[in-house]
Parts: sequence; structure tokens; C-alpha cells
Amino acid sequence: MSAPEPASPTRGQSRSGAAAGQPRSGAATGRASAAAFYDLDGTLIRTNLVHVLAWYAKNDQGLLRSVRSIAATAAGVPLFFATDLYSRKVFNDLFFQWYRGQSYDRLRFLAEELHDKVVRPAIFPGARDLVAQSRRMGLRPVVVTGALEVSIRPLLADLGITEFVANRLEFVDGRATGRLAPPVLAGASKALWMREYAEREGLSLNDSYAYADSMSDLPMLSVVGHPTAANPDLRLRSTARRHDWPVIDLRRRASGPSHEGDPRHR
Amino acid sequence: MTPRLRYKSDPDIVFIEKNSAARVLHNGEGFLEEHLPVGTRVIYPPPPIRGLPNPRGAIRHALNHPLGCDPLHAQLRPGMRVTVALDDISLPLPPMATPDIRQTALEVVLELLSDHGVDDVHLVIANSLHRKMTEGEMRRMVGPEIHKAYYPSRYYNHDAEDPRGIVPIGETRHHEPVRINRRAAESDLVIYLNINLVPMDGGHKSVTVGLCDYRSLRPHHEPQTIRDSDGYMDPARSALSHKVDRMGKLVDDNMNVFHVETVLNNRMYADPLAFLAKNEDDFTDLDRLKMSATRWTMDRLPPAAKRKFLHSIPGAFELIGCYAGRTEPVHERTLARSFEQYGVPVEGQCDILLCGVPYISPYNVNSILNPLLVQVMGPGYLFNLYRGKPLIRKGGALILVHPCRDEFDAEFHPSYIEFFHRLLPETRDPFVLRERYEEEFANNPSYIQMYRDGNAYHGAHPFFMWYWGENGRQHVGRIIAAGAENQHVPEILGWERAENVTEAIAMARSDLGQSAEISMLHVPPIMIPEVS
Repeated sequence: MSAPEPASPTRGQSRSGAAAGQPRSGAATGRASAAAFYDLDGTLIRTNLVHVLAWYAKNDQGLLRSVRSIAATAAGVPLFFATDLYSRKVFNDLFFQWYRGQSYDRLRFLAEELHDKVVRPAIFPGARDLVAQSRRMGLRPVVVTGALEVSIRPLLADLGITEFVANRLEFVDGRATGRLAPPVLAGASKALWMREYAEREGLSLNDSYAYADSMSDLPMLSVVGHPTAANPDLRLRSTARRHDWPVIDLRRRASGPSHEGDPRHR
Repeated sequence: MTPRLRYKSDPDIVFIEKNSAARVLHNGEGFLEEHLPVGTRVIYPPPPIRGLPNPRGAIRHALNHPLGCDPLHAQLRPGMRVTVALDDISLPLPPMATPDIRQTALEVVLELLSDHGVDDVHLVIANSLHRKMTEGEMRRMVGPEIHKAYYPSRYYNHDAEDPRGIVPIGETRHHEPVRINRRAAESDLVIYLNINLVPMDGGHKSVTVGLCDYRSLRPHHEPQTIRDSDGYMDPARSALSHKVDRMGKLVDDNMNVFHVETVLNNRMYADPLAFLAKNEDDFTDLDRLKMSATRWTMDRLPPAAKRKFLHSIPGAFELIGCYAGRTEPVHERTLARSFEQYGVPVEGQCDILLCGVPYISPYNVNSILNPLLVQVMGPGYLFNLYRGKPLIRKGGALILVHPCRDEFDAEFHPSYIEFFHRLLPETRDPFVLRERYEEEFANNPSYIQMYRDGNAYHGAHPFFMWYWGENGRQHVGRIIAAGAENQHVPEILGWERAENVTEAIAMARSDLGQSAEISMLHVPPIMIPEVS
């Protein structure tokens, strides 16, 4: 598996390993011998955890709570950046406190709208082609992200990706506790999960590809035979250059004819 | 015939004597002055043919007096769909001083199209699997006015990896698929504006290669075809040309292509480097001063600055011929004119061939000549600069002067890095490389993304570069990199290293004997020895 079933909000559930559930039925499942692993935020889409949080805050129930949430989120942004620079784990511990008290149903209900209004327009121009090309090459597309599982499902459906692993909030009595269900997926734990996943699915990591944008995802890039820095930050760019890894930019599209709307080009 | 008499009878061939001046050799981004052994034959390019006084008039005349078809104006009607395809930045070398001949030809052609009510016009750069040109390079090539009017929606690079941008035209009887840029294939008329710098350019290659995709390129960009080619510069003896022609005939049967082929002279060097094309014995005091100043400067600049400086000096090429019409009659005239400029009659082969490798090749304009491209220049292009038989005899030694730095451009040549450092240490056998790895590189999603939306050469391009040297590798006995700054680059390429030219010649002579005959190709500018 890989794509975990939605965690029960009342029970919580470990994401990785055998406890994570059975493999999803997907086009690639069982056929591919290698995978293309994608980080999500900043790699395939422009948004990040803070954007998603801001959306949820804006749509909080009641005008007063909504205003309070937005103000609290805005006030927390510098802190988020600072902690993210220091450590992704500390960032996660701090950041997900903002979700405390939210109900699973509500987050899931808002996810579709979040996708339509925030996430879909933020998909990088080159992302769909990259995923499609990987698929044509026979690679199994797998998303490995620190984003919240509840908020990314519509996006993955949009991209046609059925295999993924993501962080999940811990829920007690239907309300988020503000903590992530362990083990938290970030940095080295992404690489660990990929190794376990490849072993379980009989995939060759040496023949696999990985795409990430941030230095915090270096472990994830390091475990595959074909790492690629996608829209990298400065540190990852210079690391990629040192290791002679390809550096791609999914944010831009080359000039050329548009095939849209021309019946001969269908 | 004594050396002196031979020198006097043919100014393009000089035999080194005891008191001869040192010869200037390109050494990557630098220059060397070497006193060569007495008796060494130095082959110079012929002097530039004088450029046509009115290039615009010559182009107009060609359009109005085409070969094998109606004049261009007679083929135009309002509302038709026209695609103008252009050679990419790999021609000419270095890029010529503005206005580029493509700009001059385009100005004439676009005016004609406009006068006949043809508005649906796209300008497509026929870059095939080469890197896409940057916007700045595209502007320079056609001039700011055309760029402003057409870029980006109607002036763009061909995209060989656009799933909806390529259409199959057919298949030859040898099962070679011909797949061409959709816009061109679906146009009522394709006008191809070509630049012919050497005889391997132009003809059927223009559309069939310039506007194709990987699947369509694979049948002829492969090691056996290269092995079977007796030089690239003589189309009649090149298996590569035969295959391309076969596929090109299919293009001509299915598309209406009007070729405009231009032939440039070999005036590569403009001032302040014009003296580099001269015989060193004829250097004036000022030339020697310039040479010393150039070497002094180059020796002190870092490689990136040297590159910047050299790539900023445009070629001073001039138009010496323009022909238009159907593919084959046009190209026949183009080739004849081309050989008039580039052919140098040479008597006999040599045992040792000495070449300085310059800073530029078709694949590194505004970039680094990486080790794989040094290889392309050596056993690839420099070896193949001949007509008749190779300048160097079978089993001879090829001495290449180049620092062979382990330097790559990560934006332009990302797949080259992996090819050079991962594949070549495993095997240099082009057939194994093609069988085992070519498709993996060609389909690598990262390389495809970098080709399509960046400025990277296609993932399969380094393989073609390696195949390109195959007939040279098969022919010569050894390749010695003189002045290579490291051991590992020549080793990975399967070459030997020498500290300098003197040592390289000694190494070659130890094998071939002290009486081994040495020739030096005084390139660039390009020439084509016609070896009898």
C-alpha cells in the first residue's frame, strides 16, 4: 500500500508499514518495477501548508472565529518560516497546533472547495506533463508529502495518482488534537518510508526517480537512482549542482503553439 | 617536389621548414604557438570567396527563379497556412554578425507573404533534439522587429517531445518512421530557410531531421550508420545522408516544401582575431603583437571569462550563394558552391594528424565545450573533414590539443553529465550503450522536462554525440590529448594524455616510426581536404 485509508478520526492510525493498509487498485500497481516519487508542496504545486491553513482559517465557522483564526495564522507566519528553516520536525510540532479542535468531517468537507479555489490553480504548468511522462515510461507515480492527507485527496484524484503517503492529524472524539499521528512524515522519515515501500512492492529504488524542491527533502532524493531537484531552493540547487543531479523548473512553460481549441490537434 | 616549391605552388598547403614560424593552434579557449617538426604539412583553409554585393537581391532572385517548382509568389494565395522553418543556433559557427542571413531572408519572405494576403504564418526553429534557443538568441537571429511581431505565439522552437505537436508522415520501405512537426506537416506550404556552412547541412536533412522527433531520428543516428559512412562531408559516400534522403523523399511526397538555401563563405574571424586565419609566416608585426596580447590575456582570464569573450565575437560570414526551390536540385547547387569554398586538394594521407580543438562546436554556442563535445570535435568532426579518403591513414595517430577539463553546463547538457560519468566508465561500446541505455535517457522525465521547458539538449543527445565519433574511433590507431589538464577525462574517452604537443608527437612516432608523416589541419575556419 501506500495510499492509506482515511484514518479514523477517533482511533488514529499509523501510516507506514503493514499497518498502513493494503495497496490501492491503481493502473500502475503490480506492473511497474520502479516508481517516480513526488514531493508535493513547492514541487508539483505552488501552495504549502500555510496556504492550506489560511484557507481553513478563513472558512472557520462563525465570523468571529474566522477573524480570530486568520489573525492567529497571520501572526504565526514568521514563526513558521523561522522554525521551518531550523527544523521541519519542530515546524510540524508547532504548526499543526493550529488545527486543534477542528472536526475531521469539516476539514474533509472543505477539501474539495480548497482544491478548486486554491490548489488546482496552483498546480505548476509542467507538473501534469511530468507525471504523464513518468507514467508513459512505466514508472509508478507515488506522492510522498508532509501535507495533510485530508486536504490533498482531491488533488491526487485530479492528477490521477492513487499511491501516496501523507501526514494525518490525530483526532480524539472527532476533533483534531493539534498533533500529527505518528510517525511524522518529514525529512529522513520520507526516505525511510520510500525504502520500506519499495521493498514491500518489489520496486527498484535504483531505477526510481524522485522530485523535491527543498533541502529538507534531501534524504528522499538520496535514496533513489534518479534524483531531480524541482524548482529547488538555493541550498538544494547548489547541492544538486554538486551531485550533478538534474534541476528542473516546473513553474515555466516554453513558448510555442497552443493546441487548445484546435480540433485538428486533438 | 621540394617543400619550398610545393609551398609556392599551393598557398593552402605549407610544409614546415627549419626557419618557419611557430603555428597557432586553438587550445579550447586559449591558443598555443608551436614550432612543429620540419616537414610537417600544414593545411590552411582556402581564402574566403568574396561575398555577394547585394544579399537581399540574391535572395529575391532565388525566390523568383526557383529550381524545380513555381516561383514562391506563384504558390501563394490569401488565407493559406504557411510555416517558415529556420536552422537553429548551431549554424553558422560562431553566430554571424547581425543581421543574420536568416533575418535578411525572412524580411524578404515575410514581405512577400504579406503582399499576397498570407497572414497565417508561423516561424519555427528547426532545432530537432538540440536545445531550444533562448529568447535573447531568438531575437538576435531574426532582429527585434520580426521578434516583436511573432514571438512567442508565432515564433518558437520546435518541440520534439510535444505529444500533440508531432504527426506521422509515413514509413520508408526500410521501416523508418517519418514523424514531423504538426504545424509544418499541416501547413499548405513550408518554407525552409537554411544556412549551409558545410556540405553535410541542408537538403533533405533540413526538414527530415530539423523538425522530427526522437523516434524518427533513431533510424539514422545510430552507430552502424555512422560506421558505414565514409565521412560526413561527402553526401554521396555517407550512409547517414542516404538514410536521411530516403526519409526526406517521403517528406517531399507528403508536404509542399520550398527550400531557400544559403551558402556562406568561411570568413569566420572578424577583427580583432582576423589574423588567426593567416599563414603564420605571413604575420605582420601587428599580427604578432595581437597574437601575443591575445595569448597574454587568455592565459590570465578564468575559463568562464574567456568563454564569454570568445562567444561574444561574431563571425564575419558573407553570403556567396542562394538557391531556392525543390529539395534535390537546390541542394545540388548548394553543395557545388559549398565545395568551391571549403574544398582543399591534398595529395596523400598522413600518419599523424594534429588539430587544435577550438572553443566552439555546433552544440555549445554560449556554453562549455565539455569532454563529450571535445570528442565530437576530434574523432567526430575533425576526422570527418575530408572528401575522397580520410586525411589520416588507417591506424594513424590523431593528436588533439585541448585542456579536456571535466566541466559541463548543467542547464544545456544535463544528460551529458550522467552519460559521461555513469555510462562511459562502464562501456564505450556504442552498440551496448544504444541497446542498454539510450531509451532510458530519451524517456527520462527530468531530461524531457528540461528539453521542453528549459534549454537542455534532449536526453538521448549525448548518445548521438558518442556515435558521431564512431567511424573516427574505428579508423585511427590512437588518440592523444595534448595538454589535457587531467588524466581521467582522456581515460574515460579511451584516449591517451600527453603533457604537450611535442610529447604527443614523440608518443605517436614511437609507435609509427620517426619518419611518420605529420599533417596539421589549421582549423577553424572549416575546410574539407579532398585527399587523392
